[in-house]
Amino acid sequence: MDYGTLQGIITLIVMLTFVGIFAWAYSSRQKASFDDAANLVFSDEESVSETNQQAINAGEHK
Amino acid sequence: MMNHSQPKGADYNYTVVRQFALTTVLWGIVGMSVGVLIAAQLIWPQLNFDTPWLTYSRLRPLHTNAVIFAFGTSALFASSYYIVQRTCQTRLFAPRLAAFTFWGWQAIIIAAVITLPLGYTQGKEYAELEWPIDIAIAIVWISYATVFFGTIIKRTTSHIYVANWFFGAFIITVAVLHIVNSMAVPLTLWKSYSLYSGAVDAMVQWWYGHNAVGFLLTAGFLGMMYYFVPKQAGRPIYSYRLSIVHFWALIALYIWAGPHHLHYTALPDWTQSLGMVMSLILFAPSWGGMINGIMTLSGAWHKLRTDPILRFLVVSLSFYGMSTFEGPMMAIKTVNALSHYTDWTIGHVHSGALGWVAMITIGSLYHLIPVLFNHGRMYSTSLINVHFWLATIGTVLYIVSMWISGVMQGLMWRAVNADGTLTYSFVESLEASYPFYFVRFIGGCFFLTGMLIMAYNVIRTVNAPQDSLPALAEAKAV
Repeated sequence: MDYGTLQGIITLIVMLTFVGIFAWAYSSRQKASFDDAANLVFSDEESVSETNQQAINAGEHK
Repeated sequence: MMNHSQPKGADYNYTVVRQFALTTVLWGIVGMSVGVLIAAQLIWPQLNFDTPWLTYSRLRPLHTNAVIFAFGTSALFASSYYIVQRTCQTRLFAPRLAAFTFWGWQAIIIAAVITLPLGYTQGKEYAELEWPIDIAIAIVWISYATVFFGTIIKRTTSHIYVANWFFGAFIITVAVLHIVNSMAVPLTLWKSYSLYSGAVDAMVQWWYGHNAVGFLLTAGFLGMMYYFVPKQAGRPIYSYRLSIVHFWALIALYIWAGPHHLHYTALPDWTQSLGMVMSLILFAPSWGGMINGIMTLSGAWHKLRTDPILRFLVVSLSFYGMSTFEGPMMAIKTVNALSHYTDWTIGHVHSGALGWVAMITIGSLYHLIPVLFNHGRMYSTSLINVHFWLATIGTVLYIVSMWISGVMQGLMWRAVNADGTLTYSFVESLEASYPFYFVRFIGGCFFLTGMLIMAYNVIRTVNAPQDSLPALAEAKAV
């Protein structure tokens, strides 16, 4: 295999890896776990003020 | 101050965070003062007082090292140690090693402050420090990585919050960059020669140089952004999915962008073109991060009216978006043919350094300092607002003057007469730049004044009696 072919194959592998990450990140199965992760910023607080909590819950969190 | 009760969770190690947070303000003032001095020297060269230690050539690396490695990196130490504890809900791993990173890093900064004006330099931009200091940096940095990743390993949460991914990438990559680029053969205690030579040396240097921008000044500060923007806005990040995708895209692409610093040099053409293309693609993940930060405010835009801290954070994201649009554009070879070696580059750097790095740091510190010293808020919110306007106006004056000056220089340098001779001498372009150097100096003075006001506000907050600074009702329950 010459160097050009090898480079082509590597490019393809890297591209597919990225598509894989994208598909994984946007699959609906991950949504709940990502929501948990996103709320880690607030979860160690003594009391998240009620309105803030509502905003967090109601936020159209992508 | 050390024995105050702490919030739930709770036995966080705030000592090292406090130390780094306060030194961030101190080194910010020192680094920016040197910046203002050298800006003045470009207008009034007598300001070097015929002293070798005060010449532009020695103070300029002192300025860049002070703002990047003393101000910026102290801010990254403070915020990463704070964020990793709070989002992993555990105490810092190896507290003694963490204390060592503080004192070690301060010793390195002092060493830089002494050796650079004395003229000891490796002559590599942003990597000027001589080999003994380079070894010290590597030791402190590996200790930093141990503390940070040790804390992640002993976390009590199941997820690793995205801010920590950015900090982790920044810590690992800076270690690799620093160690590879600093490889040198020592001749004496304060003189060494790079292990690389010629075009390879240049490529290694700008692989390092651009990734110092990409990982230290971008990924690290994005880590800061991913915690403090949601926290201050009171809403989780706009899209956690986007944060994952743009993280991997950003770190995969940045590492290739270095050659755009070496367009039209002895570097092979294909390497230059590769650097240009990678820089152009880099636009997408950069804006992914900016959009994610700004959109976090959707539904909470009204908070910008009352909260100057949030204003700092959001305006910093706007400057981040601006400079990450400008950067790819300047990486295009034909644009670079006009912009390179002119003041445009300096303007671009400061759009990122003042607008993005400094403003996100300042906003984060205004959030952080009351928490670290057990107060509800900073001593004066109106002074934060004054600081915000000084910083914004200062940055705009700086970058606009450098844009005009840079484009003018680029056009003057390439102008040729009908017979092929140059229309302008270099000195003529320099003379034409003086008015813009003055505007830049004024912009710098604005920015520095803001930092001095911040220092006053911080001192008053740190020394305020307990319970004298309750959180504003507005901020608590909007």
